[in-house]
Amino acid sequence: MVAVAPAREAAVWAALADLADPEIPAISLVDLGVIGGVAFAERPDGAERLTVDLLPTFVGCPAIEVMREQITDRLGALDLADEVVVNLSFAEPWTSDRITPAGREALRTSGFAPPVTIGSAFGGELLTVLPIATCPYCASRNTTLENPFGPTLCRAIYHCADCRQPFEAFKPI
Amino acid sequence: MTDLDPTTRDALAELLLAMADDEFVLGFWDSEWTGIAPILEEDVAMSSVSQDEIGHARALYELLAEVTGGDADQIAFGRPAEGYRHAALMNHARSDWAFTIARRFLYEHADAVRLESLAASSYQPLADLAVKMRREETYHILHFDLWLKRLAEGGDESHARLAAGIDRLWPDAQTVFAPLAGEACLVAARILPDTLEAMRARWLERIRPRLEAAHLPVPTTPGSPGADGRTQRTDEFAWLHGEFTMVARSEEDATW
Repeated sequence: MVAVAPAREAAVWAALADLADPEIPAISLVDLGVIGGVAFAERPDGAERLTVDLLPTFVGCPAIEVMREQITDRLGALDLADEVVVNLSFAEPWTSDRITPAGREALRTSGFAPPVTIGSAFGGELLTVLPIATCPYCASRNTTLENPFGPTLCRAIYHCADCRQPFEAFKPI
Repeated sequence: MTDLDPTTRDALAELLLAMADDEFVLGFWDSEWTGIAPILEEDVAMSSVSQDEIGHARALYELLAEVTGGDADQIAFGRPAEGYRHAALMNHARSDWAFTIARRFLYEHADAVRLESLAASSYQPLADLAVKMRREETYHILHFDLWLKRLAEGGDESHARLAAGIDRLWPDAQTVFAPLAGEACLVAARILPDTLEAMRARWLERIRPRLEAAHLPVPTTPGSPGADGRTQRTDEFAWLHGEFTMVARSEEDATW
């Protein structure tokens, strides 16, 4: 290897940093927490493979293939390895707690209530009641859930009784 | 491909196909509500729920394709109607809203019991997927529990229609837990941590108090489902099959 592995992996993370989520472009894939890990490895034929683990937010998310292409195109153009493979992984389930603080702020400023933290790490508790959401416009908690299902699998629809705005929330899951 | 012996592999394939077909067929039935549900919110909700189910089916078909060396699209769309292995519960057309809610209530709890068990499966790819799907299905459970209550308490007509739906679907709802030919093998290998009959008992414990609280009848017969619970196909399903395979049949071997 030419460079030490951590530096090369850091270069991969840096290259991915501004790839936008196809459904909510305000947030990047990295801040959304769907990049599970990146790794370089030697193939049996001696060539080098760069594998990126992609953790889908929802199993049925129709944007998965778009994400896969975005990642492959971006990394493929950088000549980081002989081959780039995006591996769909459920080994570590994506949960909304994986969204970074920067990602939460990006959601809020673009009109999406970020998901409440539910301690939903692997093996954590499942929801037993539908969560409340804080209005992303006026910060009121005087809001009502209009529909736990929204325009994409990961979104729910709320209404703020104070500023009288309908808004969407990223579902805690 | 996996390193399972042929008998275990066939048994696992049978389980994956049964689960995938349940999700796939119900996803297609309820996607028919898009645009014509009783309220706008349910157009959105039922579309989203159906997208979840078809997404789950896709993931399960892909797992199945890895196990058997087949092709997920071919398994999903390339079989004749009689080759599907969904529970008889999914043989019925969607009918009215109360009937749809009755089926969703019965199925979501059955699916939840199944996923809870499989989260501890010794076949790790299936356990991983079950853990993930369970988190999503929690939203379905909360939603359809609420609808059951809403229709049960809504008035005489909604209560009567819901009760009729539960009554009509009850025998076929048991077939989600119909015995599989390879079940003993799966249980021995801990791929299936519980027997289907044990899961059915757990499901009954869970839905009975909810039905009672809603003053809905809890039928007592029949008991255990027969071995033919996943092989009977109806004219209604044959029609749906014609619909959902239409695009695949129109241009065989097309790629997306």
